[in-house]
Amino acid sequence: MQWVHAWLLMLPAAILLALFTHYPAIATLWHSFFTTPKGGRPAQFAGFDNYQQLAQDPVFWQSLTNNLWYALGTIPVSIALAMLMAVWVSKNIAGRSFLRLAYFTPTILPMIAVANIWLFFFTPEYGLLEKLLGAFGSGGHNWLGSKNTALGCLMVVTVWKEAGFFMIFYLAALQSMSPHLADAAAIEGASRWYFFRRVTFPLLMPTTLFVFVNAVINAFRLVDHVVVMTRGGPDNATELLLFYIYEIGFRFWDSAYAAALTIVLLALLGLVAVLQFLFLERKVHYQ
Amino acid sequence: MSHVYASRGAVRGLETMGAWLLGLLWILPLAYAFWTAFHASEYSTRFVLAAPLTLDNFVTAWNAAPFARYFLNTVLLVAMVLAAQLVLVTLAAYAFARYAFPGRGILFALVLVQLMVMPDVLIVENYRTMTALGLKDTILAIGLPYMASAFGIFLLRQTFKSVPRELDEAARMEGCTSLQVLWKVYVPLARPVYLAYALVSVSYHWNNFLWPLIITNSVESRPVTVGLQVFSATDQGVDWSIITAATLLTTAPLLVAFLLFQRQFVASFMRAGIK
Repeated sequence: MQWVHAWLLMLPAAILLALFTHYPAIATLWHSFFTTPKGGRPAQFAGFDNYQQLAQDPVFWQSLTNNLWYALGTIPVSIALAMLMAVWVSKNIAGRSFLRLAYFTPTILPMIAVANIWLFFFTPEYGLLEKLLGAFGSGGHNWLGSKNTALGCLMVVTVWKEAGFFMIFYLAALQSMSPHLADAAAIEGASRWYFFRRVTFPLLMPTTLFVFVNAVINAFRLVDHVVVMTRGGPDNATELLLFYIYEIGFRFWDSAYAAALTIVLLALLGLVAVLQFLFLERKVHYQ
Repeated sequence: MSHVYASRGAVRGLETMGAWLLGLLWILPLAYAFWTAFHASEYSTRFVLAAPLTLDNFVTAWNAAPFARYFLNTVLLVAMVLAAQLVLVTLAAYAFARYAFPGRGILFALVLVQLMVMPDVLIVENYRTMTALGLKDTILAIGLPYMASAFGIFLLRQTFKSVPRELDEAARMEGCTSLQVLWKVYVPLARPVYLAYALVSVSYHWNNFLWPLIITNSVESRPVTVGLQVFSATDQGVDWSIITAATLLTTAPLLVAFLLFQRQFVASFMRAGIK
């Protein structure tokens, strides 16, 4: 009888999970093999047509490469900065509470608001960045309007918003570290850098892994700033995968093709899950 | 020996400087936003200390769009999602933590799938589902996909598992039913975890944007993030002072709450992260 009880307890959550996570994941796969119903014409089986279209779609490939560059450009920098911030504010540094506040505040703001603020920051002629550069005699850039710099601008915003969030996890890890380690190292005369490299950094490894997985997921999940700042432009230079899905699905209303694109995204996230699983297995040996 | 200490002091000084430089850099965009919002537009890039402060931008922004309604929608959304999450997550976590039943491992794995396959990426199908359910353009539709939270179930399961069995058994000896045990023993002991989870959930749903943007298209259901975007995107003659004021306006409640409860916020995020 016990398991009936357990099932009843789980039922509400299970129904919602099935309805809004498992069913849509499977339905996405199913619909990716059909055409988009249009007008009176119902969806027809199309085999791999959507995937063929995808393979030949330069915008898709660009959104994928952009997304990989975006991940590559934001994740290591945010993690390194987060670690640095955490090491700084975990000890007695002058103005510690102000620093914590400064580092962490971007995290609680909505990405959409953050993007609005940065949009102004990057504005040609009037923006603060241009004013600052103009003072040094090198203004005249259109940061978000140029193919070469637009994605970089988005990366800056992401790093600014995420580093403080990741800092929290490092801070938690650092505070659970025994102070005896630092004392012992000080007695041995180890330099602070040596101590960080040989003791702190390895001990933070599980946290780094956790943060890394979160950062990867965020790199593919969060495109609010693209909507506000560039809408994928100029010339698809800031097209990210989820934003492309949004455009195909809700501006061109091609739900079948959007389903095929979603499958690619799900496959990428699945890959992350598998890698995480493998690494977590190895982490066990560490402890 | 002494020069070693001198060089260490120098390193420390450099580090403090670096930390402050980074801190100032980090706060700069926000400080700039505040400056722009509280000054007339001719001062938005002219930093004169004597520039007169004004609240006009906020008044203009507030009157230019139904922000009051947007706020109400967001509050309703956040409260509804949190309430549903707390109930669903508690029940499911209890089952996973304290019941033995066939298929438990597989079911738990199925729950954890949501950590990777979040509602945020399943927008196309969930839109179809909401249309079929006739829920399109409602606040309920924004919140529904998030109510059964895998993160919450995972977090609470860990917490419930750490509750000593003896307490559970003692309560049952007293004649409590399983639900009463849950309510009287487990829930009170997990209070800090609930607080942490609530803060994370509230800030997540207050800030959520893409899904609400897709599923809503009227003032009656739009949350404040989408309202802000609609407001800034419809060309206001690109008056940045007003857009910045609107931006600060929409984030103000969260920002004020954060500044007031900074310690709890940080501690909660830490707690949620350690698990």
